[in-house]
Amino acid sequence: MASRYEIRFAGSGGQGVILAAVVAGEAAALFEEGLSVVQTQSYGPEARGGKSKAEVIIAKEPIDYPKAMKPNLQVILTQQAAEEYAGDTLPGGRIIYDDFFVTSLPQVDANIYYLPIVRTAREKVGNEITTNMVALGAVARVLELENIVKPESVKKAILAKVPEKTKQSNSLAFDEGYTLFKNSIHL
Amino acid sequence: MPDVAFWQGNEALAHGALAAGCRFFAGYPITPSTEIAEIMAEELPKINGRFIQMEDEIAGIAAAIGGSIAGRKSLTATSGPGFSLKQENLGFAYIAEIPLVVVDVMRGGPSTGLPTKAAQQDVMQARWGTHGDHGTICYAPSSVQECYEVAIKAFNAAERYRQPVLILSDEIIGHMREKVVPPKIKAKDLLERKRPVDVPEKFIPYLPDPRDDLPCMASFGDGYTWHITGLTHNEWGFPTNSPEEIEKMMKRLMRKVDRFRDDIVEYETALTDDADILVLAYGSVARTSLRAVHEARVRGIKAGFFRPVTLWPFPDRELEKLARKAKTIIVPELNCGQMVLEVERAVHGKAKIVAQNLVNGELFKPEEILSVIEEVA
Repeated sequence: MASRYEIRFAGSGGQGVILAAVVAGEAAALFEEGLSVVQTQSYGPEARGGKSKAEVIIAKEPIDYPKAMKPNLQVILTQQAAEEYAGDTLPGGRIIYDDFFVTSLPQVDANIYYLPIVRTAREKVGNEITTNMVALGAVARVLELENIVKPESVKKAILAKVPEKTKQSNSLAFDEGYTLFKNSIHL
Repeated sequence: MPDVAFWQGNEALAHGALAAGCRFFAGYPITPSTEIAEIMAEELPKINGRFIQMEDEIAGIAAAIGGSIAGRKSLTATSGPGFSLKQENLGFAYIAEIPLVVVDVMRGGPSTGLPTKAAQQDVMQARWGTHGDHGTICYAPSSVQECYEVAIKAFNAAERYRQPVLILSDEIIGHMREKVVPPKIKAKDLLERKRPVDVPEKFIPYLPDPRDDLPCMASFGDGYTWHITGLTHNEWGFPTNSPEEIEKMMKRLMRKVDRFRDDIVEYETALTDDADILVLAYGSVARTSLRAVHEARVRGIKAGFFRPVTLWPFPDRELEKLARKAKTIIVPELNCGQMVLEVERAVHGKAKIVAQNLVNGELFKPEEILSVIEEVA
């Protein structure tokens, strides 16, 4: 892995971007060995609908600056977030866009993945509230390719976090997201 | 206690307080400190402690003072607006010499300000927010691990020196999650207030022990009669207008922090040995600053890093030593220039001081501090 790997989830309040980042952070901190992990978020005073952004930094060394500078990977779930954050991506990094809420893609030097995150949550899992877990599945595949965190660690972190009765749907959402990225090709 | 945890700063602070022996919390929830109250509400009842949500922040600190007088290590936590409200009772705890830990997770001010955004605007309020002279002990953690550790240090200092001890965290440190390895705390790591050894009839509540200049403390309900007042008092705890008694009390109050200053002061440095330029920062800003200093070194600039862990007492002598070698000290803060005043006082003109201020609710980016380092290099 690079000396510092930065992930940003961006969307709107209620889409679960903060929880996605927390679970990714827990996977790296608690279920992998020898990694430094920091997770931060930025949100407004409103509970739903405002801009919401959450970041995870994973490194082998201690982490000083706790926020993303040039994210290696961004998961962007709204058009507004696309316009605001896409340009920050590390040149040659990855952006995963939701293909339902993001309709116009900014010109950025990155590998672009235009995936049905929200539609998968709605149609295959049957509940849009699992959007963040579908996104996390896709992120888990990237972290596997980058040899940073194993997908099993992310799944363990999800199951340790979510309530008993939602374990099955969250697990399904994760698997769908993982497969979605695995079978995708970037634009 | 888990071996490894992935906690928010606020969670680590609450768990640190519990490990320090805190068994009473009273407060009123406020962003960005609420997680501390939530965890205390959940955990205290499991270990024979008590949590009370009071009607406001004033009552929160008042109840916490009561909890301490009843013999339990007590905590209250808030943010800027609540810290303002607590100032009067904070003064009461200083003059009555009540051990207590008060946490302020700073957000943007003045007034209601920016509930979800970071700031460092309460630094001078922590020192001088309540009226009247008093020594201040105030820790500013800059990582989640350190939130846990300063909670323990703060309780130890409160018990040791019999006074309120402050922790100034900020929204970024409070809400940031990091991997934490909680140190195993043993009984010998924890300090407890000195209890009276004489029989109740001989108990003089504010008679200092000649060995450390500090009085022992009885708990309400232990059978010791003890008058507690916010008025200036004599050794029996009763109000006094005698100039000798007034001066004796005030001088001893002030001496507490001065006399033990070297035991209390904590700071951290990096790359200072040959540094021409020092960046002095605390709390979340220290994280950006350290990054900027490392990046400056990559560019061949001899930059160093100085972080006060205790904002009060400020590590002035230690900084002054470094200022003899460094030409410039940059002080980035999320306020319009507060700690920089103390830096100016400490270095006595031995180095040029450059204030860098940000009050837009965001954290400095490394390149912003780096650009100032490059300007002065």
